[in-house]
Amino acid sequence: MIDLSLVPDGGLSWLDGSGPQAHIVLSTRIRLARNVERLAFATRGGAEDRARVLGLVDAAWRDSPLGKGSVRFLLDELDGADRVLLHERHLISRELTEAPSAREGGSGAAVFLSGSTGVMVNEEDHLRLQTLRSGLALPQAYAEVEQLDAALGGAVPFAFHPEFGYLTACPTNAGTGLRASVLIHLPGLVLTKEIAKVLQGLTQVGLTFRGLYGEGSEVVGNFFQLSNQTTLGKSEAELLDHLGKIVRQVVAYEEQARQVLLRDAPTVLADKVWRAYGLLRYARSLTFEETMNLLSGVRLGAGLNLIPGVSVYTLNKLLIFTQPAHLAAFEPPVPGDPEAGSARAGYVRRLLDEEAVRSAQARRPAS
Amino acid sequence: MSLCDHCGQREAVIHLTQIVDNTVTTQHLCESCAADKGVDTVAQVGKHPLGDFLASLGEGAAGGAVGAAAGQALACPQCGATLLDFRQTGRLGCAHCYLTFEAPLRDLLRRVHGNTQHQGERYRAPGSAPGAEGTAGGAAGPGIGTLRDRLRRAVEAEDFEEAARLRDAIRGLE
Repeated sequence: MIDLSLVPDGGLSWLDGSGPQAHIVLSTRIRLARNVERLAFATRGGAEDRARVLGLVDAAWRDSPLGKGSVRFLLDELDGADRVLLHERHLISRELTEAPSAREGGSGAAVFLSGSTGVMVNEEDHLRLQTLRSGLALPQAYAEVEQLDAALGGAVPFAFHPEFGYLTACPTNAGTGLRASVLIHLPGLVLTKEIAKVLQGLTQVGLTFRGLYGEGSEVVGNFFQLSNQTTLGKSEAELLDHLGKIVRQVVAYEEQARQVLLRDAPTVLADKVWRAYGLLRYARSLTFEETMNLLSGVRLGAGLNLIPGVSVYTLNKLLIFTQPAHLAAFEPPVPGDPEAGSARAGYVRRLLDEEAVRSAQARRPAS
Repeated sequence: MSLCDHCGQREAVIHLTQIVDNTVTTQHLCESCAADKGVDTVAQVGKHPLGDFLASLGEGAAGGAVGAAAGQALACPQCGATLLDFRQTGRLGCAHCYLTFEAPLRDLLRRVHGNTQHQGERYRAPGSAPGAEGTAGGAAGPGIGTLRDRLRRAVEAEDFEEAARLRDAIRGLE
């Protein structure tokens, strides 16, 4: 198994919930798509082309400010469980979890990581520079990834066209190559049935939404990823500014919806969030989807101070570590538990118990 | 069925949400009133421009540059990819494909992004002189970039004579 402790913070520094609006916005993610000039794109080029790309990026990464103390995973050398583990941490895409032999042009893929900033190599594009930040932090995330872009682009010649901008394997990414996604929790809008209107509005202002794991994934636990739809014809600053404005507006709608729930149905709301907490705290078997939905309830309760003493950090950690590959890697298996429902419930109970103890100690007056 | 906010007679089929200075307004318009107001209804109806575009490739009826290019089965000299490969995979073969299939791709980029002119950061290739730009396959230079800017403005201003002249000038340089 890969040693994720080699990655500074395990690539999970964003879990600490320290960013702006972290009670509603879990994370901000920005990626830039880049390709090396004169080499066929990863899916069309041969294994030799992809090996050349990997060599070029490897050298450039080592010389970059992020190279020191960073880690490189060659996906050809990892087994399936390890690839899924990286995907569950949002460090590689879903495509890269498939066996390299099963993907067209699948060899030579890698990910270089310095904390939660890094570069995926030989995915659909030669390079996918990416970073993850806690909360709504678009300018900070962009500054980070822009610095990496300058370092790598100064060493590796990128394919660029004066009219079309950065050239990408899929024309939907051309221009800036920038996709910014904000992972946002919207239970208030779902409960008040306003969500369809909001999502429809998003598509009309040039944004798109997806589930927890990005493209093609389903919405679970009322977690939505909002991102820019187009990448060409607007500057990076304009794209980020537009997304940021709309996200702040969605956050305001969500807060309004929560206030409506508190005002019009306080008992139903309190019952709902405490039931979710009770199930998580005491259940003996939990599916992943059920866990996500219950965590959504507890997160709502904690955000409204209905449930005291549950931190955003613990809730974020539960989201990541109750996923199948994380349970398999870090929790001892329970006999007769093929779907890991018991292991999952055991892990959730342990974390919530520890949190309850911490919270009680914090409340006790110092003697 | 809701009626058009503007004429109050026909069915509202375009729902236009605008955000100006943090104020959201939604207008419900019929197709005709939306067109009068300059709302590009095609962009809103065509929700999957890439899919529609890919589907239209290779169909004889597509017409124009797209149909012609697909009909010729033009292959990219650098990677050998054709527009039919693009249709099947949704992915281009290499950066040079953007030059090989420039006309149909410009058409596609306009449909997908509503624009074809990159406004973001301009790349400076390693070792290049200040102001010089990296290019796809090294076939175009800053001169062409300027001409393309002028071409874009000419097209936007519907000055098609000027646009044709600029297009020929760009072709000559290429």
